[in-house]
Amino acid sequence: MKFITKTNFDFMGKRRIACWLSGISSVVLVVLFMVQGLNYGIDFTGGTIVEVGYTQEADLTKVRNILVQSEFSNAVVQYYGAATDVLVRIPPHEGLNSADISNKLIELLGSSQSIEIRRVEFVGPQVGDELREDGGLAMIYALLGILLYVAIRFQTRFAIGAVVATVHDVIITVGFFVVTRMEFDLTVLAAVLAVIGYSLNDTVVVFDRIRENFHKLRKATPVEVMNVSLNETLSRTIMTGLTTLLVLVALFLFGGETLLAFSTALIIGILIGTYSSIYIASPVTLALGVSKQDLMPVVKEGTEADNRP
Amino acid sequence: MNRYPTWKYVLIAIIIIIGIIYSFPNIYGSDPALQISSSRGAEISELTELQVQIAFDEAGIKPQSYEINPNNLLIRFADEETQLRAQDAARNALDRTYVVALNLAPSTPDWLRKLGAEPMFLGLDLRGGVHFLMEVDMNAAISKAEERYVSDFRSLFRENKIRYRTISRRDQGGVLVRFQNSAEQENGVRLINKNNPEVKVDSSVSESGEFHALVTLSEQSIIETRTNALQQNIITLRKRVNELGVAEPVIQQQGDRRVVVELPGVQDTARAKDILGATATLEFRMVDDAHSVQDALDGRVPAGSKLYYDRDGQPMLLSKQVLLTGDHIIDAASGIDQASGGPDVTITLDGKGARIFSAATRDEVGKRMAVVFIETKTETVMEDGTAVKKKETIEEVINAATIKEQLGKRFHITGLDSTQEARNLALLLRAGALAAPIEIIEERTVGPSLGQDNIKQGYESVIIGFTLVLIFMVVYYRLFGLIANVALTLNVVLLVALMSMLQATLTMPGIAGIVLTVGMAVDANVLIFERIREEISNGNSPQASIHAGFEKAFSSIADANITTLIAALVLFSFGTGPIKGFAVTLSLGIICSMFTAIMVSRAFINLLYGGRKVQKLMI
Repeated sequence: MKFITKTNFDFMGKRRIACWLSGISSVVLVVLFMVQGLNYGIDFTGGTIVEVGYTQEADLTKVRNILVQSEFSNAVVQYYGAATDVLVRIPPHEGLNSADISNKLIELLGSSQSIEIRRVEFVGPQVGDELREDGGLAMIYALLGILLYVAIRFQTRFAIGAVVATVHDVIITVGFFVVTRMEFDLTVLAAVLAVIGYSLNDTVVVFDRIRENFHKLRKATPVEVMNVSLNETLSRTIMTGLTTLLVLVALFLFGGETLLAFSTALIIGILIGTYSSIYIASPVTLALGVSKQDLMPVVKEGTEADNRP
Repeated sequence: MNRYPTWKYVLIAIIIIIGIIYSFPNIYGSDPALQISSSRGAEISELTELQVQIAFDEAGIKPQSYEINPNNLLIRFADEETQLRAQDAARNALDRTYVVALNLAPSTPDWLRKLGAEPMFLGLDLRGGVHFLMEVDMNAAISKAEERYVSDFRSLFRENKIRYRTISRRDQGGVLVRFQNSAEQENGVRLINKNNPEVKVDSSVSESGEFHALVTLSEQSIIETRTNALQQNIITLRKRVNELGVAEPVIQQQGDRRVVVELPGVQDTARAKDILGATATLEFRMVDDAHSVQDALDGRVPAGSKLYYDRDGQPMLLSKQVLLTGDHIIDAASGIDQASGGPDVTITLDGKGARIFSAATRDEVGKRMAVVFIETKTETVMEDGTAVKKKETIEEVINAATIKEQLGKRFHITGLDSTQEARNLALLLRAGALAAPIEIIEERTVGPSLGQDNIKQGYESVIIGFTLVLIFMVVYYRLFGLIANVALTLNVVLLVALMSMLQATLTMPGIAGIVLTVGMAVDANVLIFERIREEISNGNSPQASIHAGFEKAFSSIADANITTLIAALVLFSFGTGPIKGFAVTLSLGIICSMFTAIMVSRAFINLLYGGRKVQKLMI
């Protein structure tokens, strides 16, 4: 079976539209991010979350009334996954920051009816700040590491193209969380870093083919070489994207509430990563003025496939 | 063409067999069990087993098996209810030197265990339990060290007959000594320098007519004090966790001021928090009955005394001199007081403590002595956007009683509110005090039902995602898809085997990592197969196409996987807890997939097509 036989799309011809589209949406999302910010989870803000299970359907109004009359009047109460599951979220608050909060809360909720504690998370204010800082640093280091690797394996222009495409993916994925106000927690950060890995994976495969074709199609212009390479790798790009999306959709549907935001971030990231490896990475490399000479002399890798894994 | 030498097939077969063996323990479940160990390092013998056996027989509890290990006795049960009943029975039968902890024992068959094959370690989010991140209050550790210098210098000067006006710790740090005259100052400074070479003494701070010396800790000794405080706290935490009775706890240093404590299976988090974070200690002081309490309340507190309150809020004057501190307590047991019927704690002192105590109480028979309970609580609060540490010290008199006779090694204290409090106090006194106050700055508790749900959902999504990919590959690549599927299955098997061998912890994000690996691992096969199809459509022979497909795809696969590996390694080095789990499975998955997608699938393809005439490939 084949979805895609021999294609001959003029991807590079659409590069201006794609770059404008991506550029504008990136700028808009960055501005939105700066103005509105993310809806950070307690991993980053600090605070307390208590998830309790009731034996029958929980009455949120009743739970809220109990809390309003207590010292936790600013608590947010919501169902979590099921009507018997209730999540209580207490934002960090002056004088309300110790690990004792969850004990008091559980005592309070359990006073009128029997409950089962499903989950308690408390993050102190000093930890939240650190995690946010570390998260930002992690992203920068990942990008730098990759920039360096691609620069060594290919050439600086390719490295910049790859990193621009990856930054674009990060902006769109994080931007999705800015716009939808979905909670951005540690697992989402992990997903974004995984997206960095995936998106690069995709881009590098295309670059590999471009390098090969620069040698093979000696008479072709860079635009032609890129178009040919993108078309040749297209079926692989789509196949891998599809299989990865398949498992992610399974995770999204069956992985439970805990992994919902995580799988959402990855699904968005992989769709965007596939797009950017076609429409962003190569055009940027081209715009930087890549030419055949950049990839000479040829380093022949390996000789006999049979002696190699 | 397309043939592997025999040794390559053998190597691949060996790796696969090892992978299957070591991933095997994970398909067995686990039994609810009791783990009985000794908190004092005493040996667990058949005698212990017998004691427990008798207790179980009496209570009508039927365990499934007994197993004596070097450090513990493991008893398995059919269900959790029996397990809980058995815990009570065993606790009553054994004395306090034994720790009876609930545990989930993997039911790995013997022959696998003999090979050293163990299942993966389940993270707290899958098995339920508590994770604490605790921060040691280093400023308190430093000021405590300075307090020690204050009393050291006092006795040093007393012994050497150097006269000083006052010695006190300054609020902004450092110890200030005020001498009588310049000769005493000179001698005093020389003495401090001789006895405490680790401190800096600055006598230039003297104002006119005053003879001061400011003693500060050197950089080196500040670092030492911090390291010691952290190490001592870890030791104390470990003792307390042992006393709590937790199987397989993790107590680990993180950074230069933090400690991670993980308690699998612990449900009573409130008690765990109280015990771990408590800085409770006791002080014994004489009651000052010579002066009027009313005068003290009006602000005229006598020089040698200090005003305290007892639990009912009644004021009480106590001598400033401490007879004895909690440091000398070597054992404490809670019980019921014969006379009053209320809860009490029996305290045993060490030799030095007993000597001090008996000397101190010899002349005080007939007078009243008070037991002061001291607890420091530290918490971080946000004030104007910055985190500020707040410290609160509770000092209360828990009892004051007339000394009937000279006290020695063992005595009782009463006046506690409940048996639970008596138990907790005894536990804290046994485990020793923390070197510096500690604050819980992060807590993650997962209840057992959520853990079960997570396992179920994680397992389901892996199976569903995996099956979808398998179907998709067979439909799209036919025979080659089938080979890719074998490689993919082996990839998961090897990943699980590797994680079991490393005893890595499987967490929910870790399961997500496995799912993602499954999706991405096919990438290598897709790259190869697409290449082979290309080569065929370019008119190459099937054999040459296979050869070229593998060869040409290799550099793409390597580059692509290395970039993902870079991202995963960054994740690992920056991530905490759950993120690390994801990074570990992702990295191991990438490494395994390189092996299975390239070597294993090539081996199968070579076995099928290699060395013979092939007209058409099933791709």
